[in-house]
Amino acid sequence: MPREIDAIQKVGDLPIGFTAKPGSTLEFKTGDWRTLRPKLHRDKCTYCSFCYVFCPDGVYQDMGPQEKYYKPDLNYCKGCGVCAHQCPKQCIEMVLEEV
Amino acid sequence: MKALETPYEKVTAKNFPKGPDVLASGHRACQGCGEVLALRLLMKALGNDFVAVSATGCMEVCTAPFPQSAWRVPWIHVAFENAAAVASGVESALKVLRRKKRGPDRRIPVVAFAGDGGTADIGIQALSGALERGHEDFIYVCLDNEAYMNTGIQRSSETPFGANTTTSPAGTQSQGQNTWKKNMALIAAAHGVPYVATASPAYHLDLMNKIRRAAAISGPAYLHVYAPCPTGWRMKPELSVESAKLVVTTRIFPVYEVLDGKYILNRKVDAPTPIEDYLKIQGRFKHLKAEDLVYIKERVNEEYERIVKLAEAFPATA
Amino acid sequence: MAKLVGMEVSLAVAEAARLCDTDVVAAYPITPQTHIVEHLSELVANGKLDAEYIPVESEQSAMSSCIGASAAGARTFTATSSQGLALMNEMIFIAPVLRTPIVLAIANRALSAPINIWNDHSDIMTIRDSGWISLFAENGQEALDLTILSFKIGEDPQVSLPVTMNIDGFTLSHFIEPIDIPSLESVRSFLPPWKPLVKLDVSDPISIGLLGTPESYTEARKATDNVLVASKTAVDKAFKEFKERFGREYKSVETYRTEDAETLLLTMGSISETAMTAVDEMRDKGVKAGLVRIRLWRPFPAEDLKEILVKAKNVAVIDRHIMMGAPVGPVGAEVFSILYNANPRPKVKNFVLGLGGRDVTRDDFHLIVEKAKSAPAQDIERYELVGVWE
Repeated sequence: MPREIDAIQKVGDLPIGFTAKPGSTLEFKTGDWRTLRPKLHRDKCTYCSFCYVFCPDGVYQDMGPQEKYYKPDLNYCKGCGVCAHQCPKQCIEMVLEEV
Repeated sequence: MKALETPYEKVTAKNFPKGPDVLASGHRACQGCGEVLALRLLMKALGNDFVAVSATGCMEVCTAPFPQSAWRVPWIHVAFENAAAVASGVESALKVLRRKKRGPDRRIPVVAFAGDGGTADIGIQALSGALERGHEDFIYVCLDNEAYMNTGIQRSSETPFGANTTTSPAGTQSQGQNTWKKNMALIAAAHGVPYVATASPAYHLDLMNKIRRAAAISGPAYLHVYAPCPTGWRMKPELSVESAKLVVTTRIFPVYEVLDGKYILNRKVDAPTPIEDYLKIQGRFKHLKAEDLVYIKERVNEEYERIVKLAEAFPATA
Repeated sequence: MAKLVGMEVSLAVAEAARLCDTDVVAAYPITPQTHIVEHLSELVANGKLDAEYIPVESEQSAMSSCIGASAAGARTFTATSSQGLALMNEMIFIAPVLRTPIVLAIANRALSAPINIWNDHSDIMTIRDSGWISLFAENGQEALDLTILSFKIGEDPQVSLPVTMNIDGFTLSHFIEPIDIPSLESVRSFLPPWKPLVKLDVSDPISIGLLGTPESYTEARKATDNVLVASKTAVDKAFKEFKERFGREYKSVETYRTEDAETLLLTMGSISETAMTAVDEMRDKGVKAGLVRIRLWRPFPAEDLKEILVKAKNVAVIDRHIMMGAPVGPVGAEVFSILYNANPRPKVKNFVLGLGGRDVTRDDFHLIVEKAKSAPAQDIERYELVGVWE
């Protein structure tokens, strides 16, 4: 997992103007901040999208009209539990992360 | 000023933009951050065709630590108090370069994002100047988490009455913040700009459509967005959207628009939720006494009624 | 030869910004800079300059808007003085690292307190360490030429740094002088449209202005200093090209009657012209005096200057700012630093004068040269204030 060490670059290698490429925080996986993990109970899911909408970290992906659910990308999920709290059908359970 | 509004598509549950977020994951916002949620939804609504300007603050620090950036649109951060001035410069540049045929031949919104301190305190002068000058493609978004969270929860002029912060601590001689929240939306509206709105991320479609409307309008727009901060408010992270809902249903944060000086109260709250429901989930209010609550209730209703009356007195026709 | 036009120097600076096809001007009025921005807004109002003029509400916003405009790819100009520059200070230190080649004309004025609208160099010295290229003009023609050159140098792809063009407030900014105004075509061909290295572009979205943690801050600052120091080459190149195009020659360090001089005066700005007259008078009396003028203050032309100074016996460095608490002034400090290891080494004396609009006369220079010759070196060299009531 990339770390602060990525910021170590030689003077001559720095990008002009100390810039960064768009969306490059994807290199930084925030999943290990998590102590609780969302566990989906898909049988109760109505594909309402609230988990997708209200996730502050944008980790839910639309699995499409066939699968009809949203799947969290655990590489980035920080385990805040907003999805579980906002789910109108209580089909997301926050469970202790297994190490 | 008469708002020149070009047609725009409203965000609905059906056409909700489900593509990759314009604000990428991997940013370092706290767990349950309501500010980054609001930012994410606003950017989703705008898509990829805008330029973003950030004031120094939580959102700037957590989205752009060298060598990474969460922004998928062109983005610039210069300093704390000057997002409105930087955005003014970008907007003017895009305008003149378009005229001189050296830039894209279309309107590109320039959106400044700042926190409550960067807006209502240190940045109010630059904001006032930008609003007054009438930049056509200028949108200013205040993401209001009601204190200086990036520096460690110090009070701002947007901190609500009674809140315990590190510089408005509750003590034997103090109930915490001893002033009422500064009403930035009405201050912005007093500039006579074509569009001002308040919004909460709990009402995501309302929030997203407001920035779409702001982008469709020619002239400066100001959005005051409620941004729950679990860390600074001593609140469970999973409750941030809940608090963003309660703040509206308790009448504490009326959700409205000011279009060409005409008021639209988007969510009339006839049967408000008890204010205690909002306060009790946040540690910053836990010290409040019964008499403080009496005052808060009175003042909340007074402020809410002000907006109701404005909407009655100056109703929007369309 | 070109036809000379009688014109106020401030207006000539604005005319230069017009000739350079400036895209954005964001400015706030402050004495004695006002005539520059008044004339610019007039040029825009009359369609003689196709630019966006942003009448910002403060200098802090002026520089902020300039950074935004420049980052968006617009050729950007502003002007200020004194307190205005002080209010810009926070943004001034940001522009070089973001590599935004803004041109800032400074009508140099004393800093408060006490509030004073007249000339010295205390304003520019506050941004000495910021990373901007700094040029000094001595007369109206130079003010116009150096404004054009500021864009040329700043926009050089090897540079991409902001530039300050300094003119002494009132004593230069408000004078009417005969000026050769080059044709629009000649300036446009000398200064083609700018091609930014870094730009806010929706079709290629980059992020500018990132957080530099302890892992990268040092490198970011050093990278900027490297570019600034290396920009000396671009400055010399631009001066050479300017001479070929317009016939007027500029150097980072200018000299006057220095060939066999025993005592050198070292100045910056418009007092140099008074100093030249004083040098002529001294020469008439048989005093071997000469004059060295620093045109390029940043990056400091250490090699060029050292080569000239080491040939003299005495050097009188003139500062127009008190570096409070320090033994010498800012120009003095640089000179002591470049000469410390020189062998042979001239005796150096540092004088401060002309603060807050106090007149600088030929007599002052006569006195300074006498002192520089006769005063013994001190154990620790300290500046001497010339023309003070005490």
